This record gives sequence, C-alpha cells and structure tokens, in this order.
Amino acid sequence: MASIVERVEGRACVLRGSDIDTDRIIPARFLRCVTFDGLGEHAFEDDREQAKGDHPLDDERFAGASILVVGENFGCGSSREHAPQSLQRFGFQAFVGASFAEIFAGNCTALGLPCITLEPNDLEALMDSVTLDPSQQVVVDLVARNLTYKGGSLPAGVRDGTRKALLEGTWNATRVLLEAGDSIDTRAATIPYVAGFGAA
Amino acid sequence: MPSPRSLFDKVWETHSVRELPDGQTQLFIGLHLVHEVTSPQAFAMLEEMKLGVRYPQRTFATIDHIIPTDSQLRPLADDLAEEMMVALERNCREHDITLFDSASGRQGVVHVIGPELGLTQPAMTVACGDSHTSTHGAFGAIAFGIGTSQVRDVLATQCLAMEKPKLRRIEVSGKLEGGVYAKDVILHIIRQLGVKGGVGFAYEYAGPVIEAMTMEERLTVCNMSIEGGARVGYINPDEVAFDYLRGREYAPTGEAWDTAVDWWRSMASEPGAPCDDLVTIAGENIPPTVTWGIHPGQSAGVNEPIPNLSDVPDADRPAFAEALEFMGFRPGQPIAGTKIDVAFIGSCTNGRISDLREAARVAKTGKVADGVRTLVVPGSQSVAREAEAEGLDQVFRAAGFDWREPGCSMCLAMNPDKLQGREVSASSSNRNFKGRQGSPTGRTLLMSPAMVAAAALRGEVTDVREVL
Repeated sequence: MASIVERVEGRACVLRGSDIDTDRIIPARFLRCVTFDGLGEHAFEDDREQAKGDHPLDDERFAGASILVVGENFGCGSSREHAPQSLQRFGFQAFVGASFAEIFAGNCTALGLPCITLEPNDLEALMDSVTLDPSQQVVVDLVARNLTYKGGSLPAGVRDGTRKALLEGTWNATRVLLEAGDSIDTRAATIPYVAGFGAA
Repeated sequence: MPSPRSLFDKVWETHSVRELPDGQTQLFIGLHLVHEVTSPQAFAMLEEMKLGVRYPQRTFATIDHIIPTDSQLRPLADDLAEEMMVALERNCREHDITLFDSASGRQGVVHVIGPELGLTQPAMTVACGDSHTSTHGAFGAIAFGIGTSQVRDVLATQCLAMEKPKLRRIEVSGKLEGGVYAKDVILHIIRQLGVKGGVGFAYEYAGPVIEAMTMEERLTVCNMSIEGGARVGYINPDEVAFDYLRGREYAPTGEAWDTAVDWWRSMASEPGAPCDDLVTIAGENIPPTVTWGIHPGQSAGVNEPIPNLSDVPDADRPAFAEALEFMGFRPGQPIAGTKIDVAFIGSCTNGRISDLREAARVAKTGKVADGVRTLVVPGSQSVAREAEAEGLDQVFRAAGFDWREPGCSMCLAMNPDKLQGREVSASSSNRNFKGRQGSPTGRTLLMSPAMVAAAALRGEVTDVREVL
C-alpha cells in the first residue's frame, strides 16, 4: 500500500512560462542511468546554467520550497519519468499550474505527487503573492479541493481518479491492478489476437 | 439498429478488465515495447516488489536511444550507455523477454521495428515507455506512451490504470499538393490546434488525405500526436494496413490471417460513430512546413514569414518572445533562406524506407553545401538493408551525406550525435525543444526529410519544390 496523500504544505517556488517540456526539466544526457538516484541536482540544469543564477530554482528566497507553481502545459514532450523524479528529489511534493501535459501528470500520480490546476486569475494572484512573499505557507488540500495561501482559499482542479488514488493511497497502481487476479487472464482469453485468432 | 461506434470505444471495451475503485479503467495491454532508457528502474521496482513478468511473450525489447550510429561494437565507448545496455540484456534474459539487439539483425528505433516486424496490429492496445508510442496508432491500435512506474505496472500485470480520454476526429479533406508530405500534414495540424490542444483527447485522423496515405506516411502522422498534446492518435485500419502487414514476421498466417482481417475490419469506426469534437482541415491549404520556435506548434509554411508580434494572441506573446530570443530570429523574418549547420534525416518520425527514398530523390540533384554536417540514420537494421539493396546509401554518399547505423541518433542526443554550441539543425525528427539535440543552446528546425535534404544541398532552408 502506498501512503495516503491528503495535503501538501510548505513554501512555494514560482516558475513562470508555458509549455515547459521535460527535456528542459531534465536534459536527455542525464537519462544515461539505471537508477533515478542523483537526478535531483540536475533538475533544469541547462535552463539554470543559461540563467546564470537567475533561475527560480536557484533563488535563495525560494530555497526549500515544496510546491512548484507553474504555467500552462507544464511537462509536455517526452514521457520520461526522470522529470518528476528529479523535481521530487529536488524537494517538490506538489505542482500547481494552469494545466499539465497528460503523461507528466500521470507520472506524478504514480509517484504520489499531486498536480492541481487553478483558474488563470487565481494562478496569477498566487504567483504574484508568492513572488512578493516567498516565506508564506501554501497548502494544497486534496480533501477540500482547494489551495490556501496568504490571499485566501482558491478552488483547485484535480481529476477525480487522481484525487481518489492519492486520498486512498492507491497511487502505486501495480498492487491495485494485481487485485484483479485471474480476471486479467479471463479477459485476455477473450481478445482475438491474444487467443491467436483461433490458430492452433 | 445498434448505434455506430468508434474504433476507440470498441478497443477500450474489448481490453477492459474492470473498472477500478478510483473510476479509472484497468486496461489489458496487448503489446508492450521496451527500450533501455525507461525500463531498468521498472525492472528494479519489480524485483523490489518480488514480482515477475506476467506475460513475457507480450513484451519485446530493443536498443535505440543510446546506441552510437558510427559503430555498434561492444563494449560501447560510453560507460553509462554500456551499463544501460547490459542492464537491458540481463533483464530480458532473466524474464524471458525477446530482445532485438544488434546481433539479431532486427534492431532499430522501437517505433520503427514494431510495425515492420508485424508486432503492431490493428485494434491492439500498445504501451511503451516513450511518448512517441502513439506512432503505432497508424494501424488502428490504441497506443500509449507511459512512464517508468507504468512500465512496471505492465510488466507485473499486463495492464494499465487509465482514465478514458475524449475523442476528437480530425478530417483532412481534399488532397495534398506535390512536395507536401505527411510530416507537413501533422506539423500543420499541430500549428492549427496547438501543442496543448490535444490534452485529454485521443485523436482519430480521417478524411481523404489520410486514407490516401501509405502505411509509413500514416506512421509519421500518428507519431507526432503527442506533440499536439494527444497521448493517443490513430487511423482506422483498412486495406493499406492489411497489405502492409501480410507476410510480416509476427503477423498471423493461414486461416488465422483471414480471421484477423475480419476482426480488424469489424473494429474500425463505423460511419457516423460519435466523437466529442470534430475538426476539418483542407489538404490543399497545407504547405511544406518548417518550425521556427522552441515547440512543434511554432511553425510556418516555408514561404511564409515568422509571425509578427501583432499576429500573436496576447496569451502566447511571452512564449513567442522567448522562442525568438532563443532562436535568434526577428519577428516577420522569412524562414526560407535561414542558414543551417547540420542536416539530420532519421528518427521514429521519419527514419523509414520511404523517407530515405524521398530524401535520396532530392540528394541526387546536387551536393551537400560546404560547411554543412549531415547524418542520414536509417530507423532500423531492416531499413538499412533495404536502403543499401536499393543503392540509396550510395546516392547519399555520392552527394556528400554521412550514411550511419540505425538508432535514435540526433533526435534526442543521448548518444554521441549532438549539435555543438548554437548550431542550427534542419531535422526530420519530432521536437525542437531547447537543448533537445544535445547542445543546450542548439537550434532545431523541424521539417520533412525531403526538405532536410534540400536544406543540406543549399545550405539554407529551401522550398523542396524548387529542387524537385
């Protein structure tokens, strides 16, 4: 059984911009590995290098943040789970944005990391507030489906299935899928190609 | 009369094991493809959970991302790459999984070999730890790119927990002009619908332009579904798909073949099948297309300029400015005539025999321009053999192109093939993200393989119709 994820609380880091892809989150050269260990230090490596210290992940005011606040279509591109793995190892336990790419969001769920969406105006207000006062506590509450910050409480979007998996601690899908037992094989036997199309 | 149904609905239902407590569907996966990058951690998780592989005969592996394209001799010069290769070999051996390695003669980019071996078939569910798995949808398979934890799920249970997406039918009407390729069609679709337009949708490509396409062209279209945000993209199976599959190594034979074709036909979307959204695109209006930005939706017809700021919706302006700054381009600048340093022909998008034939047709007309570095990388050993038998390698070599061994090569630069510094690459691959081709500041212009060949000859972005 995976652990139950009901809320993530902590300071936030604001990373503006839309369509930030997984190649930027973790450049491909760091995928030459057989474990996910050590990926944390390479999160956004090339962007950070080019920003010469002026990247949110290097901003001391955001140091130790556990919630990453992003724009639209965050995590698009490659299916590499190395992306959320590296952000998790960097210290993030939840993502708040306008929208997320589908495979990235699925990978986050599989790691017990919630991705929640806010309405554009709410997101802008949160980004502005956290930028002004990065020391404030931000709470992502999956039970209440909201996000609380200095400016109040905002309704948070999260897919029903994802929310349930996190709240019930079933986000590590393997165990849940195994519970189907023989019905996996029973179903498989009814699929014509699995049965060899009737060939002996 | 039962109401008409889409292939998507029928495949979903046929493979559904049960509804999960969280509302998702437990979906049986008919074909699981594995490569060296996203699988080692999955096998390790399996071991940690003391689980085996449930249906080893439904998983096939190959080596593509890290393999060098100058020499595949072992041990690989890159220790990390060698370690990944050894891990895949060991995992396949321990779990009785068929591995198509270099010695097998069937190695290649995972999305090239699945179709060419006849592993990918209509109405299957397919999964692979790679976002371009949507490629396999060209046969009318429902194919998902997945992460490593989900690779573990499939290995352990042959199932995925999936939320059913909505369905968008994209009809491409009319016909294409000469010199316009499948790559242009999908780049145009992404330009129209945006890189996030497909989030939450499966794409069904239909209409006369799609129906007239060869199997390899359809593979190119479905391949880039994910670049438009859609995890799944497919085309209904028809005679084109059946003709392609007949006689392939893993295709059914004898009576089973006839049974299979009947079933595949019955699974295609029926006329009038419902969809959640319908988009129509006029084939005649699709130009040879080139990207000018840092995601595949930032593109223009080869004879159009890069947009001006006033043409860009307010919400997209920051991304527009960021893209032009990174690329070093000005608003309103023509894209044709942009100088290139590197020409890359290959990848799961455009590394098949027909891509090489089209590029060779262009290569035959001249010589690679001075100062342009080239890589022509067949998508698989089988593609390489076929190309060499036809003499395409000689055509490329005679024109000054570098003929390489199969692999993912410079599509993503996890191997020695990389851009240097600020080099500009004309590339037949699928992503123009910052740093994608191996240099953090390298710049990528996506286009069809014929357009890449034309750019290589002229040393600058060129309308291929001027060359042919």
